[in-house]
Amino acid sequence: MWGKNKKYFWLAAALGFLAIPLIVKSNYIISTLIVIGLYAILVQGLGILMGYAGQVSFGHAAFFGLGAYAVAILTTHYSWPTIPALGAAVLLPGMVAAVIGRPTLKLQELYLALATLGFGILVHIAFTEGGEMTGGPSGLSGIPYLSVGGLVFDSDVKFFYLVWILLFLLLAGMNNLVRSRVGRALRAISESEYAAENAGIDTVGLKLQSFVFSALLAGLAGGLYAFYITFISPSPFSFHASVQFVLMAVVGGLGTLTGPLLGAALVVALGEVLRWAVPLVIPGAGGEYQIIFFGLILVILMVLQPGGLGALGKLLGTPAKRLPGKGADTRLLESQGG
Amino acid sequence: MSDQLLQLLFAGLTLGSIYALIALALVTTFNLTGVLNLAQGEFVAIGALLAISIYAAGLPMAAAFILAVFLVAMLGGLLERTAIHTARQASGLTLIIITIGLAISLRGLALLVWGTETYSLPAFSGGGPLFIRGAAVTPQSLWVFGLVAVTLAVLYFFFEHTYWGKAVKASMVNRTAARLVGINPNTVSLLAFITSGALGAAAGIFIAPITMTTYDMGFMLGVKGFVAAVIGGLGNVGGAVLGGLLLGILESYSAGLISSGSKDAIAIIILLAVLLMRPGGLIGAIGQRKV
Repeated sequence: MWGKNKKYFWLAAALGFLAIPLIVKSNYIISTLIVIGLYAILVQGLGILMGYAGQVSFGHAAFFGLGAYAVAILTTHYSWPTIPALGAAVLLPGMVAAVIGRPTLKLQELYLALATLGFGILVHIAFTEGGEMTGGPSGLSGIPYLSVGGLVFDSDVKFFYLVWILLFLLLAGMNNLVRSRVGRALRAISESEYAAENAGIDTVGLKLQSFVFSALLAGLAGGLYAFYITFISPSPFSFHASVQFVLMAVVGGLGTLTGPLLGAALVVALGEVLRWAVPLVIPGAGGEYQIIFFGLILVILMVLQPGGLGALGKLLGTPAKRLPGKGADTRLLESQGG
Repeated sequence: MSDQLLQLLFAGLTLGSIYALIALALVTTFNLTGVLNLAQGEFVAIGALLAISIYAAGLPMAAAFILAVFLVAMLGGLLERTAIHTARQASGLTLIIITIGLAISLRGLALLVWGTETYSLPAFSGGGPLFIRGAAVTPQSLWVFGLVAVTLAVLYFFFEHTYWGKAVKASMVNRTAARLVGINPNTVSLLAFITSGALGAAAGIFIAPITMTTYDMGFMLGVKGFVAAVIGGLGNVGGAVLGGLLLGILESYSAGLISSGSKDAIAIIILLAVLLMRPGGLIGAIGQRKV
């Protein structure tokens, strides 16, 4: 019964969510929700890569940044219309991921983590040292508002609808994807790569596709971010941001579809709370202290509950799964049953 | 011109020795525990900052050195017991996320204690620089070279020529067999982190008179140490030293001859090139894979 009703439950939840701007008039809350939505788009991709393909990337801030800089450079230096610029913001990170992913994904998971870490640092250096093209450390301003036909996304409320409708569409699409043959194959890879390979799954190809897919989504989030903020500098695209994205994916619970959204919401909310709570406890403390707490939360979660808050997702009926290495036997039973 | 090239070579060797020390600590931990500790750079930064504070409080340099090394060694042991040991059944992926989380927390802690100021330590010994064919080598550089040589010699002797060293290496190859002959892999893991804490702190204190010491210097140092270890092949002690020196020299020449902004990029480009083309490292090879 629940299986059929679940669809309507989620549809109602999504519609209810989209009614928020009708009731809430606070710009602060709407803009926080936009940021959550943008991060959630990115973390959905990272969640597929980590939770289903079993690979970790510490360089997703670079893909996010490549998307944002593609929009900024194309619209300000070359006066591109906004939609083609957004298209480029999606495609560029995807192409870069395809190029660097092909050789690295043949390696062990450890080396992918390291290669993406290095890649993230390199791209960040390129943003900072890019001279006139990237605006150097001070960045680029004067990015126009996104416009589709006659519709100009020049207010927080309009942007809220754009981001969250895109996110809900993405979630619906991914719900189908993880239930498909591809989704099951991905889960098999995260259980045991050798077993998956022996079962005839093209592990390298699928891991590469997940990597490219996650980069495309990061680019989309980055491009939208640039159109929303209309100014960019290298700082939001540093290694710290990459770690935050991994944290969001892990906190929400890997291998669930609601996890990334939940994780993005929790980490952004936590950041906002820490921003005013930390100076109360430690006088004169700046916003950078929240990073200590982020680091600690990441460690504690990974040590005690590597599945993140996935249990919550399971309650709501989405298949929950832990990181490879724990609870593999129960998952096998689950996938056989489902 | 040749003077300048020689000068850059010496600067590169000093820099490279620092990377080599961090790489040695990384490789030792990785060999003994299978954990790639990305918080290694933070041990370096915290060790240096602690020694500077202790020295500033009035203790002699040698006491500051010993106390700081001891404290960071204990910190390494504490982190192993609380985080690594508790999660020892987890995958390499989980463990690497844990060490990154630890690195971030430690950096935050250093920021809390020492703030964003830059600190420095006086050189260990007085006297002017040594001139070799017109290029200067500072006495502190000689101290750093000495530390690398001693560390490498001690590690090599321990692992190749002592009963315990060989036994500890064996415990990594086969945990069950090691237990049967009386070696506890959990103790080995704890000792590996204590040693890498001590080694990291020593490296930080030796370089404190040369570089500016800040709370956030650990991150890039850790990454460089790790690039050096990857060049050498993660399992190879001699390779780590060669990798460190090679990286230091390349960085020094690129900073001196191209631009100082290119320095960090060079290290990462080497990392990616090695990972993509010879993941076993330029020197050694690592064969272990987990199912």
